[in-house]
Amino acid sequence: MTDPLILFDLLLAGSIVALAVAVLSVRDLFTAIVVFIVFGLLSALAWARLAAPDVALAEAAIGTGVTGALLLKTLHHLRHFSDGQTQDAARDLTAVQPVPMGVTVANAAFCGLVALGLAVAFLGAPQAGPGFDALVSDAMPHSGVAHPVTAVLLNFRAYDTLMEVVVLLAAVIAVWQIERGLTEAPAPALGMVWAGFARLTLPAIVVIGTYLLWKGAEAPGGAFQGGAVLAAVGLLLLLSRLYVPQPSHRGLARWAFVLGTGVFAGVALLVTGGGRVAFQYPPEHAKTLILLIEGLVTISIAVTLAALFHGREPVALNAPESRHDT
Amino acid sequence: MLDLVAGLLIALGTVFFVAGTVGLLRFPDIYCRLHALTKADGLGLALIALGASLMARTPGEVFRIVLIWFFVALASAVGGHLIAAYARRMDRTREGSLRHD
Repeated sequence: MTDPLILFDLLLAGSIVALAVAVLSVRDLFTAIVVFIVFGLLSALAWARLAAPDVALAEAAIGTGVTGALLLKTLHHLRHFSDGQTQDAARDLTAVQPVPMGVTVANAAFCGLVALGLAVAFLGAPQAGPGFDALVSDAMPHSGVAHPVTAVLLNFRAYDTLMEVVVLLAAVIAVWQIERGLTEAPAPALGMVWAGFARLTLPAIVVIGTYLLWKGAEAPGGAFQGGAVLAAVGLLLLLSRLYVPQPSHRGLARWAFVLGTGVFAGVALLVTGGGRVAFQYPPEHAKTLILLIEGLVTISIAVTLAALFHGREPVALNAPESRHDT
Repeated sequence: MLDLVAGLLIALGTVFFVAGTVGLLRFPDIYCRLHALTKADGLGLALIALGASLMARTPGEVFRIVLIWFFVALASAVGGHLIAAYARRMDRTREGSLRHD
């Protein structure tokens, strides 16, 4: 007896592959971004079908929501810089330059190698083996939380998670360095309806983001998902111009970027000593420490993602900015 | 019995989604397409949410489904409005540039 949902799964898998091909082969950048967002949503659905709701939430919030917003913002930036021509000419300018043949071949070879490696690893792995389930459930009582995924992410392999937070920190540092001195591409005025939408959804997003963070201790959710949802607050505030970044806010922003990484690494090092190694939280304080880390990492993720969306570091420019108020 | 009603509602909801998609593909311009998409999907989503809430086990689940319905409907309405406003602005600038030529 086969699973009646097998048809749905096959359709889903086929659609994901087709969308991936479409993202790469479509010429228009805007279309590519839209297809990428659909691709992300279906991937999230696939993760949900694979009974991995944590990954599904992360894929939907970060991989699709925030990444989609970042890509659209970047496209807006690109088109703004080809300003001066008419809108249609600007659209032509964003057409992709043909990639050199060598790069395409090298990329294809590299992707083929990765796919081959994955196939070998998949075929070589013991089929239907026990995996790490038993190890994780044995160690759960020492983890301080009730949800196995959070226990793995924040306790058993916390070093990996720290590095993931560091990646975000590195990204925002790079963006602030690179975009120094670029003029801001003015966001279009979105109007009254949008302002009302923002007013209505802002409080709800704050509640949902905090809920995801809090719920992470016992159910799917956690710092990354909560942080990405809270970053949406920043996006709404920036888009509706309820918050305009000022040069004087930079100090606070820098502290917020570093907060999560700093506290995470600090806690990891401070628990050493007395026979314990780094990241080995004492079991009686594990829940408190994990909540502390997750809470502060969530703030850092939210602020960092919102800053990445804003892009350029808010510096005081000497030259008067070009204004495009409509 | 309740499951049957829920299944019927969900099936009816998907019919509206299909209708909206057909409208999106067949209608001539962006405003008609937006109309088809937002109207049909709004109704389809409401029917599916209604069906799903009949199958929910706890009041909390019903509350969550209602919240999802509310925010998705809100976002789709606002999204439709923004796309329509943008399309209108683009039309105007195109007309303007044609007149200049």
